[in-house]
Amino acid sequence: MSNLIHTRLEENFRASNPAQGPLSDFSARSWADFQTYGIPPVKHEEWKYARVSALFRDDLQLPISIPAVTAADIDAHRLPGHETATELVFINGHFVPSLSTIRHAETDLMIAPLSEAAAGADAAFIAANLGHSAAYHPDGIQALNGAFAGAGVFIRARRGKQIEQPVYIYLISDSRTGFIFSQPRSLVHVEAGAALQIAEHYITLGGQESFTNEVFELVAEQNALVDYYKIQHEGSTANHVGTTHIRQTGKCVTNAVTISLSGALVRNNLNMIMESEHGESHMYGLSLLNGKTLVDNHTIVDNVKPHCFSNELYKAIMDEESTGVFNGKIFVRKDAQKTNAYQSNKNILVGERSAANTKPQLEIFADDVKCSHGCTIGRLDEESLFYLRARGLSEQNARSLLLHAFAVDILDKIKWEPLRQHVDALISERLQFEI
Amino acid sequence: MPEENDDILEQVTSSEYKYGFVTDIESDDAPKGLNEDIVRFISAKKHEPEWMLEWRLKAYRHWLTMEQPQWANVTFPPIDFQDIIYYSAPKQKIAPNSLDEIDPELRKTFEKLGISLNEQKRLTGVAVDAVIDSVSIATTFKEELAELGIIFCSMSEAVQEHPELIKKYLGSVVPATDNYFTALNSAVFSDGSFCYIPAGVRCPMELSTYFRINAANTGQFERTLIVAEAGSYVSYLEGCTAPMRDENQLHAAVVEILAAEKAEVKYSTVQNWYPGDKDGKGGIYNFVTKRGICQGDHSKISWTQVETGSSITWKYPSVVLKGDHSVGEFYSVAVTNNHQQADTGTKMIHIGKNTRSRIVSKGISAGMSNNSYRGLVQVGRNASHARNFSQCDSLLLGDKCGAHTFPYIEVKNNTGIVEHEATTSKIGEDQIFYCNQRGIDTETAVALIINGFAKEVMNQLPMEFAVEAQKLLAISLEGSVG
Repeated sequence: MSNLIHTRLEENFRASNPAQGPLSDFSARSWADFQTYGIPPVKHEEWKYARVSALFRDDLQLPISIPAVTAADIDAHRLPGHETATELVFINGHFVPSLSTIRHAETDLMIAPLSEAAAGADAAFIAANLGHSAAYHPDGIQALNGAFAGAGVFIRARRGKQIEQPVYIYLISDSRTGFIFSQPRSLVHVEAGAALQIAEHYITLGGQESFTNEVFELVAEQNALVDYYKIQHEGSTANHVGTTHIRQTGKCVTNAVTISLSGALVRNNLNMIMESEHGESHMYGLSLLNGKTLVDNHTIVDNVKPHCFSNELYKAIMDEESTGVFNGKIFVRKDAQKTNAYQSNKNILVGERSAANTKPQLEIFADDVKCSHGCTIGRLDEESLFYLRARGLSEQNARSLLLHAFAVDILDKIKWEPLRQHVDALISERLQFEI
Repeated sequence: MPEENDDILEQVTSSEYKYGFVTDIESDDAPKGLNEDIVRFISAKKHEPEWMLEWRLKAYRHWLTMEQPQWANVTFPPIDFQDIIYYSAPKQKIAPNSLDEIDPELRKTFEKLGISLNEQKRLTGVAVDAVIDSVSIATTFKEELAELGIIFCSMSEAVQEHPELIKKYLGSVVPATDNYFTALNSAVFSDGSFCYIPAGVRCPMELSTYFRINAANTGQFERTLIVAEAGSYVSYLEGCTAPMRDENQLHAAVVEILAAEKAEVKYSTVQNWYPGDKDGKGGIYNFVTKRGICQGDHSKISWTQVETGSSITWKYPSVVLKGDHSVGEFYSVAVTNNHQQADTGTKMIHIGKNTRSRIVSKGISAGMSNNSYRGLVQVGRNASHARNFSQCDSLLLGDKCGAHTFPYIEVKNNTGIVEHEATTSKIGEDQIFYCNQRGIDTETAVALIINGFAKEVMNQLPMEFAVEAQKLLAISLEGSVG
């Protein structure tokens, strides 16, 4: 990172963060951390494949003011089923209430700009939970987002409310004027007994490069049910680094599905922190890549308390010159006896110049556990192909059928039907799957 | 698990290190510390030619520019490299003409360790190069091997007598500049074994090197170089022990293997360094670089290791699969107890076409120990139809130990098939119950299960070693396995 970009980041930080304010302490702390850690260098173990330092170029534009984006600009990108869903809009990292539509009752769902919420009755909750993910990512990228957290959003699913319609979050980078850098931040509180579905959708307007550095933190309480979907389909010039940090503070069930379909450099961090006994978490990922896309999925399951269950399945299909990276960490702390943690990573290399790098990682300090991980890297099974060809399918169709079947495992984990159909359509189109 | 069983597991610490005695023998030491003069001193002691000294000095100068790596999953206080004696040789008649002339005290030492230096004992059928501290004291069966054209001698002898081979191969697999400890080793290595198998020769007996650290405050830095020419075969064994001492001692070795076309090298290690006492005091730091290269087509290198000793183990026997159709194998059982730390695994670098590799790693952790598997399987862009299967299983005995896996898999060719699987668990209550039901008491059942767990690797060891290794496994976990 050059001095120029650093100076501009600093100016931007000073301009966007008042010295006094509910989040000024947090921002200042994050900024200090950013100064300490810096941008992860190429040799940083956690950033070995996702070379994020190359993105901090001199032409990176910092979002000084929010550009004029109209509802019509967004229309083309809305997710199906949006008519009944709550839609929250971020432009270049800033939560914009005027473009957002809240279709849920205030008694079910509370939504407020993070800085506003932090000034009100939720000050204590936000102080205790905002930035919980920082300890898991001691790097400058995570800290940099924290320095600009004031522009984020706060969401609360109220106690006992089974919220059927999803919350869609559109994270829009307006790169019509250049290589834009945006840093959205969200904090979600799912109170005891509440159920919530959230989908994050990333959109780049204009054909130029963009870089999103996001942090999404969620706290799930006793008996909560959370379904989180992350849909990454922004085009080949979009860069993305995102951390999804889910904490279980009570016995509950949390599910996360991460779908990556395009981008230049995409890094998804997903953390499940099992802080309560008998928690259950499921993590699913699908990467369907082409061109020169690099998608790096880093997951952490931290078993703090005993009797938790976690299951993880990540699948990837790499075509052309794309690269798929997977690093799955499972930590089992000393007291977390009777943990069951499973992890599986499956990769198919289609393109001749495609690559897969995977590192499943178990760190276990308790003895009465069952943990396993498995991973495979290979290509389509010749025998299966032959079987289908023998039954009259063209080579192309046989391949598509097998690859689609490979992907369906993950697709089926999307419980919100309109969203599942949407993703299935995207995948089928990519695979030219038509039978 | 029933309580009685927990008790059994808790008794883990009761095991005693059997080889902890010290041989009282005068030794010829270099002064403490490390500088260019020490490097020159070692070289002069060994009457080395000028080029060898230059090679050492170059490595030493490079070492000065390097920093000690921090990435391994082990913790230990910083090593003071100036507080180590880099050369220590037992005083004895220079170049004994026959084995009878070796100091009886030394012979006794090796007899106590169960290593026969007496060639009459042909029954064992193993040729031994015995290394104590910094020097090789005896190599057995040399003449018999020479008849077949096999060179098996100490490194110092090889430098004198086969300089052309040493010049050609030393550092060709593990360059001096490879990492911090190889640079150190290249600068100060004192002895080790050299083994050359000519084309088409199948070595009729197991070759072996036995390493013994005896003197206090010394570090052992040895180098092993094995060159297997086209179509040859050799099976090589390595064993090691050290006395019980309160201070930590450093062992930084380098092993290089070259396999030419259709050659096969099997390298087995039973590592039984002093692991430190119950409180983690003392023990050997074992920082070793082992690497083999399958240079020719259809060649094969196989590493088998049983790790029970050293307070910190840090080693990754690797295979570079350069020749087409070459095969690399790695079988490992690593047992850690008390405060031991092991960070071990392998690297399989697939470069040639149709190369295959197989990794089986079994980790057993007990006491307060930490056992990590760290491995890399890399398939290069041109390594078409590469095949790898890796399995690493961990068994936890006790609730204060840790088991970790860090497998890196990097595939750049879409015709390769790479599979990896790992499990971590303790001995299941149902397994114990099954045995109890059939009249096997819990202690025997635990022993049975651990033996079964490690069997896949034990089966790979040469017969002479397998028995020893199994005994070692039982001793290391004495109390926990009954």
